[in-house]
Amino acid sequence: MSSHENKTTLEVLPRNKEKIRKIWKTALILLVITAVEFFLAFTMERGMLLFAIFVGLTLVKASYIMMEFMHLKDESKTLFWSIMLPLIFLIWLLIALSKEGTEIFMLRW
Amino acid sequence: MSSTAIEINSKRGTWGGGNEPLKASYGKLMMWFFLLSDIFTFAAFLITYGAIRVSYPAFGGHVKEFTSSNEYWPVPEMIFDAVPFLHGMHAPLVFVGIMTFILIMSSVTMVLAVEAGHRNDRNDVVKWLLWTMVGGITFLSCQAWEWSHFIHGTDQGTMMTFVNSFGETVKEVVYGANLHVNEYGPAPFAQLFFFITGFHGFHVTIGVVLLFLAFYQAAVGVYERRGHYEMVEKIGLYWHFVDLVWVFVFTFYYLV
Repeated sequence: MSSHENKTTLEVLPRNKEKIRKIWKTALILLVITAVEFFLAFTMERGMLLFAIFVGLTLVKASYIMMEFMHLKDESKTLFWSIMLPLIFLIWLLIALSKEGTEIFMLRW
Repeated sequence: MSSTAIEINSKRGTWGGGNEPLKASYGKLMMWFFLLSDIFTFAAFLITYGAIRVSYPAFGGHVKEFTSSNEYWPVPEMIFDAVPFLHGMHAPLVFVGIMTFILIMSSVTMVLAVEAGHRNDRNDVVKWLLWTMVGGITFLSCQAWEWSHFIHGTDQGTMMTFVNSFGETVKEVVYGANLHVNEYGPAPFAQLFFFITGFHGFHVTIGVVLLFLAFYQAAVGVYERRGHYEMVEKIGLYWHFVDLVWVFVFTFYYLV
């Protein structure tokens, strides 16, 4: 086992220029989307359309972080789907609790 | 990674043991499944926020004429409008925008540290982990200021009718926020603020501790002796998750 040795000289590979450029590109996309959200928050009328745009842009950002930064797209298909599929339950939670919330609203006001 | 070589018996099949069906190490897999469970926790928080928000009336008038009241849910951009050193200035969401920028940048430096780890480049790993840590600590400091401002409130406060902690209905000026009453809106508004951003901040704090651990171990050469920098990768997954959660908190707590 190498852990018993005091010194192992791991070979240091040169910087992968293309990979690093891709990381910065992803960062730029994330920042631009955030700036767009920020801009829309003060220029657009509040309503269903703006809400839908916000949710859409947030999901785009989330997928960039999960796929590019967390490298989920490079994992095996089984691992990818065992992370993604359970998230279906959240859709149910979302539907159930929004219904609950509106019902409470009707009762109260 | 296992140090004992086991010959893969074809009769055992993919799930029979002796190989890695998901092509990821135990530690990385467990980090992913932990993060999956954490996604559920934060999603439950945010969906609860949505449910409680729709159970209150929304502010009916134009955004510019917004005044705080516990009769309806506040418009977040009119609440979160303070920036340090700019006392009394109305700068909606500017500070939280800066915080988002800091966290995204720390995520970038983290992924650069992971990339350096793949190349066994100790100097680069140490450098980028240090930057990530700086980003995390800056974010936490910003959040501390944000909380402090939220708790102490504005100069003028809000006149409110509410049930106080003795069970009496009183009408008085409320300053700042606590779990019982707040000057911004209905009580759950502040409660959810404390729980959601607090839980996220707690995650960031743990992340900074883990980053320091990785930074120290990388610097003294533990990973070099170990022969790989997988720990940086695992902590990286956690750190990106913290950023991922913030993306959602930013949208659903501050923007919408």
